[in-house]
Amino acid sequence: MSTHLGMPLMYYQVGSFAVGNRLVDPDLRSEQARPDRAASLTKGHRACRGCGEALGARYVLDTAMRATGGRMVTVNATGCLEVFSTPFPETSWRVAWLHSLFGNAPAVASGAAAGLRALGTDVRVVAQGGDGGTVDIGLGCLSGMFERDDDVLYVCYDNGGYMNTGVQRSGATPPAARTTTTQPVGHSYGHAFGQGKDAPRIALAHEIPYVATATVADLRDLEAKVERAMSLRGARYLHVLVPCPLGWGTAPHETVRIARLATESGFFPVFEGERGRVTTVRRIRHRVPVEEYLRPQGRYAHLFTPHRREDVLGRLQQIADANVERYGLAAPAAAISTAGGGPDGHGEVP
Amino acid sequence: MELPYGITLPVGSSLGNRTGAWRVERPVYADGRAPCGHACPAHEDPQDWLYAAEEGDYRTAWTRLVAANPFPAVMGRVCYHPCETACNRGRLDEAVGINAVERFLGDHALTHGWDLPGPGPATGRHVLVVGAGPTGLTAAYQLRRLGHEVTVRDAGHEPGGMMRYGIPTYRLPRDVLDAEIARIVRLGVGLEQDSQVTDLDAALEEGFDATLLAVGAQLGHRAYVPAGEAARVLDAVTLLHDVAEGAAPRIGRRVVVYGGGSTAVDAARTVRRLGAEESVIVYRRDRAHMPAHPAELAEALDEGVVVRWLTTVARAEPGRLAVERMELDEAGFPQPTGEIEELSADALVLAVGQDCDLAFLDGVAGVEVRDGVVQVDEFLRTGRAGVFAGGDTVPGQRSVTAAIGHGTRVARFIDAWLRGREPTVAAELPVVDFEQLNPWYFADAPHAVRPRLEAARRVTGFEEVVQGLDETTALYEARRCMSCGSCFECDNCYGVCPDDAVVKLGPGLRFEIDYDYCKGCGLCAAECPAGAILMVPEPVPPS
Ligand SMILES: Cc1cc2nc3c(=O)[nH]c(=O)nc-3n(C[C@H](O)[C@H](O)[C@H](O)COP(=O)(O)OP(=O)(O)OC[C@H]3O[C@@H](n4cnc5c(N)ncnc54)[C@H](O)[C@@H]3O)c2cc1C
Ligand SMILES: Cc1ncc(C[n+]2csc(CCOP(=O)(O)OP(=O)(O)O)c2C)c(N)n1
Ligand code: SF4
Ligand SMILES: [Mg+2]
Repeated sequence: MSTHLGMPLMYYQVGSFAVGNRLVDPDLRSEQARPDRAASLTKGHRACRGCGEALGARYVLDTAMRATGGRMVTVNATGCLEVFSTPFPETSWRVAWLHSLFGNAPAVASGAAAGLRALGTDVRVVAQGGDGGTVDIGLGCLSGMFERDDDVLYVCYDNGGYMNTGVQRSGATPPAARTTTTQPVGHSYGHAFGQGKDAPRIALAHEIPYVATATVADLRDLEAKVERAMSLRGARYLHVLVPCPLGWGTAPHETVRIARLATESGFFPVFEGERGRVTTVRRIRHRVPVEEYLRPQGRYAHLFTPHRREDVLGRLQQIADANVERYGLAAPAAAISTAGGGPDGHGEVP
Repeated sequence: MELPYGITLPVGSSLGNRTGAWRVERPVYADGRAPCGHACPAHEDPQDWLYAAEEGDYRTAWTRLVAANPFPAVMGRVCYHPCETACNRGRLDEAVGINAVERFLGDHALTHGWDLPGPGPATGRHVLVVGAGPTGLTAAYQLRRLGHEVTVRDAGHEPGGMMRYGIPTYRLPRDVLDAEIARIVRLGVGLEQDSQVTDLDAALEEGFDATLLAVGAQLGHRAYVPAGEAARVLDAVTLLHDVAEGAAPRIGRRVVVYGGGSTAVDAARTVRRLGAEESVIVYRRDRAHMPAHPAELAEALDEGVVVRWLTTVARAEPGRLAVERMELDEAGFPQPTGEIEELSADALVLAVGQDCDLAFLDGVAGVEVRDGVVQVDEFLRTGRAGVFAGGDTVPGQRSVTAAIGHGTRVARFIDAWLRGREPTVAAELPVVDFEQLNPWYFADAPHAVRPRLEAARRVTGFEEVVQGLDETTALYEARRCMSCGSCFECDNCYGVCPDDAVVKLGPGLRFEIDYDYCKGCGLCAAECPAGAILMVPEPVPPS
């Protein structure tokens, strides 16, 4: 399905974009379709119903486990992912997993990678954290890890806020979103425009071997990126959009759909880059106005009631339009073919 | 538990936390009825046989298909496919070409000589079927499968009813029809041709345990058209019947066909093939109100047939017709305008409907004939115990498809009667509409088009016009099916559960929800492409 997997079979009609496909050779199905997937994060965890972060973490780590044959350790920053998965004395991790602090996961991962190398083992390191832990408090450590080109895949699960401590604003909170610290009061419209950090582009600017963005709505794409990342050495960065029903004010069953709308509106660009250059982008299949993405989310309700904030909606649409322009997201999807690239809308960037 | 150095929390320890208790709604796997099957008058379930066809397992697909319909190669040619009109994929891009795949499977079976499923254990009961059209032959097939003896008595020289003597060969080649009928006969059906039943009571006295009346509607309806003595006026049913028997009726150079249904279109196209230079359909209403299928009309127009819309025949004279222009009133009914025009025409063919010839039922106790058709209840029973009726003989839609559906259903009702049971109709599952699907997961894949014979080559003979799909295209078309309402093991539920609470049971076995841990978020249901998972309120635990 992805550009990285050869597809000798014609199978694009029945559920081509689904997790599995009974018409396809088992080896070509997604990792999540396998009965023997690692289930790195298993049942019994305490994430909210429909948690995008729990889903994203299993998608990422199961693929990394397959890619490394299980020879890997995970370093986790403080945040929801850590708290809901390991309330003492329980853990729902089925991977070697280490937690230290909110802001130091990249540094701990660098140390773990150095230590493992000193031991002469080839155990790989995957670090993970929330957007707060990544783009705010951990950004210094992360930049250092990039600069030293330490052999770590760092994964940021972006739910646009400090969800664990009660939905406060982070450097990844989008403009106009309501959080408990960016309340729309009077004529104000929630979080300000022009603030925050574009972590994937910051990572790209470090010219590290690999940078990619992904969402929980496109599993095959996400898995292909983890696989690609694990096939490389050095510092790698993956930024995964993970909707948060509680913080975003969405119904639990909407998590995947909302992530899909984020990409189909162009509001969240999905791309892949190596050594400072964007190499591939995931093109939009059915473009929708950004409003379709915003409307179902309680954190944007103040843009629609009591009055429609045309001005704010217009500025948010401009952000999407700028992404579409910058990354070439609207270019016609590659023609469906029976071999090679799938119908997934991936395209090389010239 | 003793843990290695540095390990503080044992693997699997979260399993003690039964998050299923959080649930207020639970997902359940619930197959629904696909709209294609719901719309099929022959009670086929296209979703079910397409599923097997998608895997290239044509034998299984065909076996599932013929459970309802022993004429797939015929239906793949003449059915007006209400399934495709209802198909949910039509809301996404274009309907699945169900009919084309059906034809592919039907032809494939004939090529490979596949036989219908054999007769069931003999019951010693004997059923008389009057009429060897699609109703009678389908009933005979189903009754044999249920173990009953069947005698089919038919007035025609050869079996098939209107499939042979109505539908022209350029739409339904005779070798296809013959082969599918022969397959039914091979099941041990006693076929008696040239055996018109003229006295039902006498036939019943021969000792049959049940009887099916499936005599169709054989008579062309005689509309009153004032005609001069030497004017040549024929009826379409007779014309088509004669052509089917190899006769070449004298029709002349310019022919007008009066009517707007399939029969009119077939008559007009046949007339072209018989050598008429002009074949004009005169129809009282407009194109939007024409009962003939748009595809048939398009083919006819390609072949040079001309239609005079909103026109009626006022009078026929030798060599010419007086026609009157009509206007539609607000209710869409045609009203005369008094504007008369002349058309040259060597012959006028009337195609204004068919009537049943039910003289043999005169005076038969308990069998009621009203409005020219036999009256039946929902179990296709006449008022006479053990006498059933179906197809064109009873009120309702007149098509081969509906006839096959009647044949299959009536066989079940007759079977119940023979076994002394109450007849039942299986409850239908709820129909899955487009809104229940998640079409995101289906790649854009436009409909494959069936090749057609060039128009120029068509009018010179009775060669089949619409060609079949090759295997690759048929497979492609089958795989466009979205499997509405039925799990196709795409693994989405297993994939999208954030709680890892969906258990994959293995190929063909589908999935199971682990309710100890399922929090009821509903992601599996929302992301099921086929709408085969429903969220239902959590049952209140027994106190
Ligand atoms: C020109 C034409 C084109 C058509 N095209 C299509 C099409 O493309 N698609 C479609 O779905 N439908 C089409 N139809 C309609 C379809 O053919 C009929 O609805 C269908 O054949 C009805 O089946 P039946 O078994 O009820 O009757 P029939 O097919 O009419 O069969 C009845 C049989 O009973 C026999 N019979 C009659 N009286 C007696 C008796 N007293 N004793 C013994 N036997 C008797 C007749 O000889 C005949 O063989 C068309 C009809 C016509 C006339
Ligand atoms: C130094 C420090 N400051 C504050 C906290 C409190 N704290 C724990 S998690 C968290 C926010 C986590 O946000 P994010 O990284 O985005 O992860 P999320 O919970 O949203 O997944 C905060 C502020 C802390 N643990 N350590
Ligand atoms: S998509 Fe398939 S199951 Fe759904 S209506 Fe069409 S043919 Fe039937
Ligand atoms: Mg966060």
